[in-house]
Amino acid sequence: MSASNGRTRRSAAAVGLTAATLAVGLTGCAAEPDPDTVTVLNSATDTAEHEANQDFFDRCAEPLGLRVEQISVPADQVASKALRMASSDSLTDILELDGSELPQFAETDGLRPIGEVGVETEGLSDSSISLGSFEDTQYGVARSVNSLALIYNTELLAEAGLEPPTTWDELRSAAAELTGGDTYGMAFSASPDADGVYQFLPFFWSAGGDESRLAEGGGGASALALWKELVDSGSTSRSVVNWNQQDVNDQFVSGRAAMMINGPWQVPVLDAQDDVDWAVASIPVPEEGVDPLPPIGGTVMTVPKNDDRERERNAGRVLDCLNSRENQLAWGERVNNVPTRAEAAATYREQNPKLAPFADLVETARSRTAVVGTRWPVVGDALAGAFQSVLTGRSSPEDALRNAQRQAGEDG
Amino acid sequence: MSRTTERSRARSPRVRALYRWLFVLPALLYMLAFFGYPLVRNVLMSFQEFTPRTYFTGEAPFNGLENWRAVFDDPLLKDAFWQTMVFTVGSLVGQFTLGMALAVFFSRRFRLSGPVRAVLLLPWLVPMVVSAVVWRRIMDEDHGVLNSFLETVGLSSDGVPWLSSPSVALLSVILVNVWIGIPFNMVILYGGLQEIPEELYEAAALDGAGPWRTFWRITLPMLRPVVTVVLVLGFMSTVKILDLVLALTGGGPADSTQTLGTLTYQLSFLRLDFGQGAVVGNILIVISAVFAVLYLRANRADQGSGR
Repeated sequence: MSASNGRTRRSAAAVGLTAATLAVGLTGCAAEPDPDTVTVLNSATDTAEHEANQDFFDRCAEPLGLRVEQISVPADQVASKALRMASSDSLTDILELDGSELPQFAETDGLRPIGEVGVETEGLSDSSISLGSFEDTQYGVARSVNSLALIYNTELLAEAGLEPPTTWDELRSAAAELTGGDTYGMAFSASPDADGVYQFLPFFWSAGGDESRLAEGGGGASALALWKELVDSGSTSRSVVNWNQQDVNDQFVSGRAAMMINGPWQVPVLDAQDDVDWAVASIPVPEEGVDPLPPIGGTVMTVPKNDDRERERNAGRVLDCLNSRENQLAWGERVNNVPTRAEAAATYREQNPKLAPFADLVETARSRTAVVGTRWPVVGDALAGAFQSVLTGRSSPEDALRNAQRQAGEDG
Repeated sequence: MSRTTERSRARSPRVRALYRWLFVLPALLYMLAFFGYPLVRNVLMSFQEFTPRTYFTGEAPFNGLENWRAVFDDPLLKDAFWQTMVFTVGSLVGQFTLGMALAVFFSRRFRLSGPVRAVLLLPWLVPMVVSAVVWRRIMDEDHGVLNSFLETVGLSSDGVPWLSSPSVALLSVILVNVWIGIPFNMVILYGGLQEIPEELYEAAALDGAGPWRTFWRITLPMLRPVVTVVLVLGFMSTVKILDLVLALTGGGPADSTQTLGTLTYQLSFLRLDFGQGAVVGNILIVISAVFAVLYLRANRADQGSGR
């Protein structure tokens, strides 16, 4: 009896010890922040990208006597990671978000207006200001921006004796003419996610589509009809409903697409291969004389509110330096994006004639969230539903848009 | 001396009860912290306006049935529900039949059966996302290996739109999931088969039972507990499918492969409406709970008949 009691007691002590260890393990997660360190949450998980970022951060922070520490997570996890950090009061001093995610963060009242932390916003392009703004207040600053253009196989177009198409009619005929054998004339992404929606917008907007009233006017329907026609005529693969922008680029690089819609972030891949000679042209518009209206993309750096105002100011100083003319230009060239300061953009345009169409396009480009703000994710889903159901033959363009409008709800 | 013995005797049942609880306590705390709390929290969340703002302010005002109404008003929920069911049943039937056939085949033990069995485990070892990327290429309509093969053997002249047609995509996703699930089914069922005493088969052979009859009358009944475990575990992991669908089709084309899993992901992590995401999460929990209860019942019935 006494022996068995002793054993139980010892085991009980072991249980207690385990519980104590657990308790110790659970506390002590939050480290005291170092006043001279500026922390950044971004999506630079790629080693080269991470190092390039660090390079620019160091360049700016060192003269200020500061250090920058990056926390990088995959792009689609930045928002949820930032939210988790916010709930434990451990949000970084600089938060780099995709432009389309900014309104949802700005709406929380958790971000400091960029003007209040001493970032010079004078001279930034209108489209980049719109990308970083919510309800007329600028919360984020973009060092450089991107957009979409028509990238074409110069060899195939020359063989067919074609110039890159500038209007939808020319696009239709050029795509048909370039189609043959293993090669489709045209490729774009129509995947049911952000990629597909991003690619649909230049067609939707330049035709007069309005994201706050999807079914109104004929613009949206004619854009859907164009996509449908390209697929039905065989000029574009039926698989586009399943292709993201990476897949589209793969098709182009392997010579299976003569033209594609894509962005400057594909340039490293395009440059790294010798099989396909390529060039960039503006995105075709419904008819001659109409301005192209592609979406503006890219990340914006924001400063979350902090009880310690000095930390906000430090973050602001680093941001201001990153957005100097020289640094914007150097960064833009590093990532093939267009700087957002007018003079920097002009220099960039001169020094990169091959990517010049992008520099022109970002001037007229529109922010996805400028009109619908925080409702963008819902509206984007509705648009994706529309082009997916049209391309798969499930509904007519008009029905699809009416459906999308219902789905987008409210005033949408 | 006799007084102390008396006292310790009087206290000992209570002390022993206390010790008993102390042993249960860690497990209980673990369950409460990692199962109870999230469950309750998820149910509560579905009645709250839980948005990015909540993370900054800590406020999540209750909004009654608003989230539930919004989710149930969306016609996509019904589609996602049925597609989840078709996906689950289709996957389980495919995985189980093929897994069982292979398990029976390999229990015959022939030369090289070991290495071949090991090779068949490969799909299980490959990360789901990698499998999905590979299968996306295999099932490509224009240049995929699958279509080239079908054309070569003359089964199809123009490519099957495996992932690009809404009427085929769900079937394609099921096929890939069957391929992924076969090893699990095969391994567990193979293990179960080894447990069946050889004498039963000898007796059946003496009584003149053919292979088909032996399978239905001996193998399957003896394997019943293992079968239940395989199917229930299979159900639990299949009904909440997310990664495979996201990587293969992203829920498309035209929402034809949306499941409850992808829907809750979309609502919570793309729209950042965690309240509505929780509603769909709760629906998934209820579905799983119903099957868990059925499983426990079946188990109890099994034990009852065994006594």
